[in-house]
Amino acid sequence: MLYREAGDYKTSYVDDAQTFPIAFDRWRYYVVLVVAFAIIPVFISDYMAKSVMIPFLVFCIAAMGLNILTGYCGQVSLGTGGFMAVGAYASYKLMTAFPELNIFFVVLLSGGITAAVGALFGLPSLRIKGFYLAVATLAAQFFLVWLFNKVPWFFNYSATGQITAPPRSVFGVDVTGPEVPAWGAYLFCAVFVFLLAWLMRNLTRGRVGRQWMAIRDMDIAAEIIGVNPLRTKLSAFAVSSFYVGIAGALFFSVYLGAAEPTEAFGINQSFLVLFMIIIGGLGSIFGCFAGAAFMIMMPVLLKNLMVDGMGWPTTIATHFEFVIVGALIVAFLILEPHGLAQLWRLMKEKLRLWPFPH
Amino acid sequence: MKLSRLAAVAAAAMIAASPALADLNVPALNYRTGPYAPSGIPYADGFSDYMTLLNERDGGVGGERINVMECETAYNTQKGVECYEALKGENPLVFIPQSTGITYQLIPKASADGIPVHSMAYGRTSAVNGKVFEWVFIMPGTYWDAASMMVKYAMEQEGGSLEGKKIALVYHNSAYGKEPIRTLEELSKKHGYTLTQLAVDHPGQEQKSQWLQIRRERPDYVFMWGWGVMNSVAIQEAANIRFPMDKFIGVWWSGSEADVLPAGAGADGYKSITWHKPGADFPAYEQIKTLVHDKGKAAGDGTTIGEVGYNRGVYAAVIVTEAIKAAQEATGKSNITAADMRDAYETLTITAERWAEIGLPEFAQPLQASCADHGAPHMGAIQQWNASEKTWTLVSDFMTPDEEVVGPLIEEDSMAYAAENNITPRTCE
Amino acid sequence: MSAEFLYTIEVILNGLLTGVMYSLVALGFVLIFKASGIFNYSQGVMALFAALTLVGFQDGQVPFAELINAVLGTEIHGFGWEMPTILAILCALAVMLLFAILVERIILKHLVNQEPIILFMATIGLAYFLEGFGDLMWGSDIKALDLGLPQGGSFWIEDMTVSWAAEDSGFYGMYIDKLDLIAAGVAVALVVALTAFSQYTRIGRALRAVADDHQAALSVGISLRFIWVVTWAIAGFVALVAGSMWGAKSGVQFSLSLIALKALPVLMLGGFTSIPGAIVGGLIIGVGEKLFEFAIGPMVGGATENWFAYVLALIFLVFRPQGLFGDKIIERV
Repeated sequence: MLYREAGDYKTSYVDDAQTFPIAFDRWRYYVVLVVAFAIIPVFISDYMAKSVMIPFLVFCIAAMGLNILTGYCGQVSLGTGGFMAVGAYASYKLMTAFPELNIFFVVLLSGGITAAVGALFGLPSLRIKGFYLAVATLAAQFFLVWLFNKVPWFFNYSATGQITAPPRSVFGVDVTGPEVPAWGAYLFCAVFVFLLAWLMRNLTRGRVGRQWMAIRDMDIAAEIIGVNPLRTKLSAFAVSSFYVGIAGALFFSVYLGAAEPTEAFGINQSFLVLFMIIIGGLGSIFGCFAGAAFMIMMPVLLKNLMVDGMGWPTTIATHFEFVIVGALIVAFLILEPHGLAQLWRLMKEKLRLWPFPH
Repeated sequence: MKLSRLAAVAAAAMIAASPALADLNVPALNYRTGPYAPSGIPYADGFSDYMTLLNERDGGVGGERINVMECETAYNTQKGVECYEALKGENPLVFIPQSTGITYQLIPKASADGIPVHSMAYGRTSAVNGKVFEWVFIMPGTYWDAASMMVKYAMEQEGGSLEGKKIALVYHNSAYGKEPIRTLEELSKKHGYTLTQLAVDHPGQEQKSQWLQIRRERPDYVFMWGWGVMNSVAIQEAANIRFPMDKFIGVWWSGSEADVLPAGAGADGYKSITWHKPGADFPAYEQIKTLVHDKGKAAGDGTTIGEVGYNRGVYAAVIVTEAIKAAQEATGKSNITAADMRDAYETLTITAERWAEIGLPEFAQPLQASCADHGAPHMGAIQQWNASEKTWTLVSDFMTPDEEVVGPLIEEDSMAYAAENNITPRTCE
Repeated sequence: MSAEFLYTIEVILNGLLTGVMYSLVALGFVLIFKASGIFNYSQGVMALFAALTLVGFQDGQVPFAELINAVLGTEIHGFGWEMPTILAILCALAVMLLFAILVERIILKHLVNQEPIILFMATIGLAYFLEGFGDLMWGSDIKALDLGLPQGGSFWIEDMTVSWAAEDSGFYGMYIDKLDLIAAGVAVALVVALTAFSQYTRIGRALRAVADDHQAALSVGISLRFIWVVTWAIAGFVALVAGSMWGAKSGVQFSLSLIALKALPVLMLGGFTSIPGAIVGGLIIGVGEKLFEFAIGPMVGGATENWFAYVLALIFLVFRPQGLFGDKIIERV
């Protein structure tokens, strides 16, 4: 009843090829957009924005980036944290060197710079595969973080190497710096998430995306049918790094406001983003959102539940947080190895057939 | 049914934490877990125990109970942000971030929100300049003070001159570790020693290269700006290469029990700078034992009392409560606001008599903050570890840093920050 | 001989010994990867957990003391006795065996035949779990680990070598850490034992059969589940050895789990499937990073070891994508 194809007749190829072919799905999508852009900004509190929504949105972008590389093109990368650092430092340098430049373009340009760096570090992927490549990308991770720590030019020769985002605004509303209204920062990130998700959806179902997937499924076979592995792999690295760079720029300028490379862009971030896409589901845009939501919101939820809700001591609560998140990851994998996105897909299939399951 | 109720609780918990109480709310951004937990646990114990003591003994400060709002950060910046956002709506009087990373986050935010930040001898050194950083306080001193005092101590040991001597700095390769470099470089020009810098990457489990280099170059002194596991490994390696431990001096965050105990007997003689007396030999501590620990109200397991970290927690608690008291006296009301707290911090005076009065005679140096100077008293002394008795003892008098060198550096760095963030420094008469 | 030359030798020797310490951690990864194709992310946390358990038994700590105190309002901290080291090691081994059985029962059994990345992910979940569980069980404070092993530079070597250079050349004799030497001995013993075990015992042969071909092994009646328990138990034992060697240096606390990051380049260089590879890889990485830090480090500001280890491994991989001793990757369409 809810989720029906019946009666939904397509009269053109454009209609037939649309992203959400089912009317209910389409409406759901519009509702999500309205909620995200019209309702949440009105009601969002500082706490919700700063500790839940903004990190969630930023990591959605990072997860999308890594999903392009790992989920669609099959190249496992553990350099996400390093590439986020590139985005962050690029945005810092651009913000301080060109104070008039609008922050929107600063973020985009940071993504572009990261894309170039990412393509460079993607070169070994032509030789190295699988877990070997994953470990090889760690070289990028450690080297980039070390570089930003060591070369004073990157942090404008300040005494300690901490970078702080100066205040910048879009249409007169601050989005970085200390006086940011919760809705402003939220909307700024949400716009990026929307644009990038739209871009990703259309990239992945077009020619480029098909090439990526061909390489993922079997690179030698893909090469034989005429997919250029060099161009395909490097383009995946570049596009992926573009996303990750934007995530890094937003992470630094909008979310944290100040950062140092070792802590903010350490190996933990790389793993965190990888967890997101695996839990969410490889090769799925919905999976990026689901995974990011799980990894960002779960700890906050658990903490609030255990510490504020039940009054447990903070230490025991934190330890349990680890235990529970770990157990949940394993449980999810046992129940559904292909991630939350697969659960979602199964649910949709069930809905389609409901109430007649056979 | 059960599930939906659980979800409702969760949703409620997400939106708003517990309601604000009428008490004096003091957030504690503790880190009792994670890689730096060994340093965070005794501090958190000391801070909470002293507050509990005041609540038990005096009913709080000025008749208002103190409500310590613990929030676990695991020394992680993101969690720190979450803690800040969760607690800032509950009338917090002052934030003590307990991490350099979190401090840097909070400096602009808390200044905009009008909540004082007290980064106790860590964080951004140039924030000691009250003209630029109105809301940030660094009592009892800065890293640059520490560097200068360590050089001063070394100079005293060498009979007044460091001409031609070699000093090696082993530092954590992060914002925190890089703090003293500029000061030490300036001082090397003045005193004529050569400075070797040895960076150790996080986490610092492997430092053989650095210590082999020290062994080759035989510096006269080794200073250390280390953190976490790096400290204990460095002390172990120093013992291994038989570097004279009494010439190995750590900054205050490299000189607690957690750093020296793993090295066992090898750590004997290791020194570090500090700003308070070690040990538990104070009347207030007796009261903590009888009124807090014996009644089962200890924040931790009660074994950390008298450790360096614990004393630092107590020190922080004293500064906070003394500022609360001063604010109450200045405003004439018991229920003060964060703005009152800031004003009190800026004029905070704790005399030697006052230290004795609160049961901590000679625990730390008397201090007098001012509008321009947010880092009083800028004094430190050297403590030394005795491995067989497992105690720290002070081996020097309290010293003052070389203002001539540190002052201009602070001016330069704080003005650069002001320019970058469009802050017009206020004038302090 | 000139001091400069001797110091270079010293750096190389120390690099070799440090490399052995890396190999100790890498061995655990290799064992599990070989037998089950699982890239076990939780190996580092296992080392931490094993070391925590060892110290916990040694010092007579009450497991879950904090939790028990919080729930029941009691004030218990320790049993008040100190266990002899040997007994504590045996107890810790028993715990690791139990751990292996539970991992197989609860996790691996349900994930047979899944893709490698899913299994990898499961070990990440396991790592999270174990991190919280270990802290909950033994507390997150730092603990000094004393196994009675000697530490510090060897006088004997120092005295013997000091005369090799001219007296005023500034050479102070060769520095070799005694603990490193012991670790090297342990590593050799471990490799010999593992090789003997897999060559000359029934279970060992079964292990090798499984490593060669799962399906063929199953079809001749080898129980995969039993083999997995055995491998995880051995990996747990290796984790205990690695954890206590590193723990003796730095004390046992959370950061110990990060030693896994030092093992990854070793693994990649030596190949995920080769025990000799783990050793040789460790030696190359150890020497390479120490020499680079010694020669180039001062010019670029130091602290190069973390990334250089990876770059070195990367350079090797470009020429041999399966690592030095890894199984040749054969690709078919």
